[in-house]
Amino acid sequence: MQQLEQLREHARGRLERLGNTVTSQVWRLGFASRFLFYLVMHSATALRRFRLTVAEIYFAGVLSLIIILVSGLFVGMVLALQGYDTLQRFGASESLGVLVALSLVRELGPVVAGLLFASRAGSAITAEIGLMKATEQISAMEMMAVDPIARVVAPRFWGGVISMPLLAALFSAMGIFGGYLVGVQLIGVDSGAFWSQMQAAVDLRNDILNGVIKSLVFGVAVTWISVFEGYDAVPTAEGVSRATTRTVVSSSLAILALDFVLTALMFTGGNNQ
Amino acid sequence: MNRSTIDLWVGVFVVLGIGALLFLALKVGNLATFSDNQTYLVQARFANIGGLKVRAPIKSAGVVVGRVADIRFDNETYEALVSMTLGTSYQFPRDTTAKILTSGILGEQYIGLEAGGDGVMLKNGDRVRLTQSAVVLENLISQFLFNKAAETKEPEKQ
Repeated sequence: MQQLEQLREHARGRLERLGNTVTSQVWRLGFASRFLFYLVMHSATALRRFRLTVAEIYFAGVLSLIIILVSGLFVGMVLALQGYDTLQRFGASESLGVLVALSLVRELGPVVAGLLFASRAGSAITAEIGLMKATEQISAMEMMAVDPIARVVAPRFWGGVISMPLLAALFSAMGIFGGYLVGVQLIGVDSGAFWSQMQAAVDLRNDILNGVIKSLVFGVAVTWISVFEGYDAVPTAEGVSRATTRTVVSSSLAILALDFVLTALMFTGGNNQ
Repeated sequence: MNRSTIDLWVGVFVVLGIGALLFLALKVGNLATFSDNQTYLVQARFANIGGLKVRAPIKSAGVVVGRVADIRFDNETYEALVSMTLGTSYQFPRDTTAKILTSGILGEQYIGLEAGGDGVMLKNGDRVRLTQSAVVLENLISQFLFNKAAETKEPEKQ
C-alpha cells in the first residue's frame, strides 16, 4: 500500500515537472514574441541614427564575408564534382550548370549561409548582449533613461536582418563561380552549355526571388533568436555561455524547420506552374 | 577602427551583395530571355498533350517564340485545348502545324511550330488546325510488341 503511494507520488512529481517545462517554454515564447513586437516598435532610433545599425552591419555582415565566400566557393566546387559524377552517367553533363545553380539559389545558399551566419554572428550577438547584462551595463542604461532595446538590441537586429540576404546572395554567386571553376575549367564541360542551360532553367521569380525571401526569413529568425537569448540570458558567466549555445542550436533548428515550411509553400512539387 | 572606415567597408559589403543579386538575376536567371511584352494568343486542340505544362516553351526551328499560357480540357470534344502566347515579332501562316515534342529522350516537353505555305498569317485568337499529339511511350511500346508478335507468328504458319 505504501509502495503504491510512493509510486503515485513519483509519477505526480514527473508530471508536474513536465507541465512546468511546457508552461515555462510557452511563457518564454510569449515573452519572445512580445520582445520582437516591442523591438520593431522601438526601432525608430536604430533607423534614425543609422550609424548604430551600420556598425552592426559591419560586425555581422562584413566580418562574416570571408567565411561565407570561402564556404560558398567550396560548396559550389563540391556540387560540381558530385553532380558531374552522376550526370555524366546519363549523358547529361551539360546540365551541370542547372544543377549547381538551382541547388544553390533555392536551397544551399540561404540555408548554409543562414547556418554559418547563426554560428558566426548570432552567437556573438548573444554573447555580447548577455555580457552587457551580466556586467549590468543594461541596467545602467535603464538608470540613465536610455531604452536598452532601442539603443543596443534594435541596431543589432536590423544589422543582422539587412546582412543576411546579402550574405546568402554572395554565397550563391560564389558557389556558382566555384561550380564554373570545377565544371568548366577543370572537368571541361562546355562553357556555353553551362551558362545557357542555367539561364534557361533558373527563373527570376520562382527561384531567385524565393531564395531571397528564404534568406530574409532566416535572417529575421536567427537575429531574433540571438538578441532574445542574449537579452533573456541568466546574468552569470555560465548563463551567458548557455544562452550562446542555445542560440546556435535553436537558430539552426529554426532555419531547417522554416526551410521545409517555406519550400513546401513555394515549390509544391511543380504543380503550381 | 574609426567610423569612416567602417562606413567604407559596409558600403563595399552592400555593393558586393547587391552585385551578387544582380549577377543571379541577370547571368544565372532568365530575365533577359523572352520578355516580349507584345504577344498574341493562339489556340490549338490536341488529342493528347502528354506531359506538357503551362509556361512550357513554344519553339520554331529550335528558337523560343512563345510560351504555353493555359491548358484546358474541352468537355465536348474530349480534347485538350492549349492556349499559346507568341511574340508579335514572330508571325506564322494560318496552316502552321503544332506538334508536341520532347527535348531529348527524357527532357521536358514543348510545342514545336512548323510554318506552312499560306499567305494569311495567324491573328490573335486564331486556332491552329493542324496538330500532332504527344508520343505516348506506352502506346509506342505496345505497338512495337504487337508488330513483333505478328512477325514471329507468320513464319510458323507457312
